[in-house]
Amino acid sequence: MELICPAGTLAALRAAVDAGADSVYCGFRDETNARNFPGLNFSREELREGVRYAHAHNSQVFVAINTYMAAGRPQAWFKAVDDAHACGADAVILADIGLLDYASKTHKDLRLHLSVQASASNPDAIRLYQQRFGIRRVVLPRVLTIQDIAKLNKEVDIETEVFVFGGMCPMAEGRCSLSSYATGNSPNVQGVCSPASHVRYEQRDGDLVSRLGDFTINVFEDGEPAGYPTLCKGRFVSHDKAQYLFEEPTSLNAVDLLPELKAAGVMALKIEGRQRGRAYIAAVVKQLREAVDAFERTGKVPSSRALQDLAEGHTDTAGAYKKTWR
Amino acid sequence: MSAALTLGPVLFNWNPERWRDFYFRVADEAPVDTVYVGETVCSKRAPFLAEHIPAVVERLAAAGKEVVLSTPALVTTERERAAVRDLIEHAEYRLEANDIGALAYLAGKPHDIGPLVNVYNESALAWMAGNGAARVCLPPELTRDALRALAGEAAKHAVALEVMVFGRLPLAISARCYHARAHGLHKDGCQFVCNQDDDGMQVDTLDGEAFLAVNGTQTMSYTYNALLAEMAEMSAMGINRFRLSPHSLDMVAVARLFRDVLDGRTAAGEARNRLAEMVGAAPLSNGFYQGREGVALVGMETD
Repeated sequence: MELICPAGTLAALRAAVDAGADSVYCGFRDETNARNFPGLNFSREELREGVRYAHAHNSQVFVAINTYMAAGRPQAWFKAVDDAHACGADAVILADIGLLDYASKTHKDLRLHLSVQASASNPDAIRLYQQRFGIRRVVLPRVLTIQDIAKLNKEVDIETEVFVFGGMCPMAEGRCSLSSYATGNSPNVQGVCSPASHVRYEQRDGDLVSRLGDFTINVFEDGEPAGYPTLCKGRFVSHDKAQYLFEEPTSLNAVDLLPELKAAGVMALKIEGRQRGRAYIAAVVKQLREAVDAFERTGKVPSSRALQDLAEGHTDTAGAYKKTWR
Repeated sequence: MSAALTLGPVLFNWNPERWRDFYFRVADEAPVDTVYVGETVCSKRAPFLAEHIPAVVERLAAAGKEVVLSTPALVTTERERAAVRDLIEHAEYRLEANDIGALAYLAGKPHDIGPLVNVYNESALAWMAGNGAARVCLPPELTRDALRALAGEAAKHAVALEVMVFGRLPLAISARCYHARAHGLHKDGCQFVCNQDDDGMQVDTLDGEAFLAVNGTQTMSYTYNALLAEMAEMSAMGINRFRLSPHSLDMVAVARLFRDVLDGRTAAGEARNRLAEMVGAAPLSNGFYQGREGVALVGMETD
């Protein structure tokens, strides 16, 4: 199985390639991708250099252009596709049906992957993207169980890529405007979720309060480790009970499920985290490379203690792959 | 073109008899032109409504309402796919697609696109039109500027645009059921606890501030979207279909209020005050339209 690794900088791309990434995915430094964070992402020049480095080391580069084009000014997205193609990217990862239409008509030799942000969750949807736009691969939304994925792969002849490690949306990706409800900025439009520009931490009677826009997302007692206030990972109250209603501040870690994922026909394993630093990328890619190689060699997955330590809050979940998550 | 008022599908898990009676009353009394019918949120609820659907659509049609059947928002299992296929193949009414998968079956047939399908720009709209979409209800996240650009494109394809103007906004859909989770249950053994909250389960911050509403696998705004004065502006752009989303308050009265605003019988400001009174505790909002955070209420301070 291929290992698809994130990079928010050229240094991270090199680190991922050096640590054994089969492919690296990245985005341009603007709203055309879903990790549009300050100080992150690639200029055209950096992408060209990244592609050169990856190809020299037998690795590939995919460019995520996976936000939804803004009405009235689609040019930035069209240009991103044109430039990714010109820079020698091995594939572009798209979500918007209008952009897929453009890319498939304009660059017939450009390999198209369907982004997780398109949330294509069933064979009918995937086949439609395949037949109309010639997509070669689908990144599956994190709403499917392994059984669902196995059935899907039997029915549709397409490469499937799934997330195995990193941050995890509990909502169907590309179909969530919780962030823009609270802040005016959303993953679909601005390429950001719960943006740092709208985050505040306040001290209150010895507690640390994390806020997003005008809303309290969590309150940490003195000494309790405080996490970033991603909206759906906050503590909220319903029926007088405070709890992590949507999802705990946890990371996806499906490395123990490699045998089931392979048996389900999955071709590529994806790591989330383009916003993470070079050292983290190097460590995670190395661990997953070793796990995948050991599994391919022996049929068994080695213990993933080191990966668990890299998870957010040092806790992890197999997420929607297991039906009990629902 | 005179503006049409539409009624979106009931998003909540109402008792099936109550659901039926709600539509009977809509048929008899509500000044709406099109009524969207169907369970779009959770396939586990659908069997309970199935037995009432024939009577409901017949009553609506007999009362002169246009009936459109809405497909589910999130389709993952074989059973859910089969239900969509079945609905489309045997439909005697027009269909509204709420998932891309349904579009494969609707290609070439005139159909509607629901607000849970991502149509954010002219290219996506043009593609939908090419696939047979005749009407598109746009995602609630879109701003006034985006709507204006889309209206220009829609005119080229003779597609009618529709915008949600009343009710809690659907903000997210998940494979996980948060209603069940709040009650310490899983989706598989949910005991249909979502039927306890007619307008969704209130979700507060730890400070006790009302924030969101959970409707099974769907997460909604706590505020009620209310675009009243905005309707005239949208009409000027060429958008002439306005969708009300059903709630437990008197929807016939809500529909009359919006119809009166559209027909110039009631001023938008007065209507907004009356609507706020009818809704009760939850504030109104129009932030998305105004290019702000969705929760915001712009230019509508209570007088």
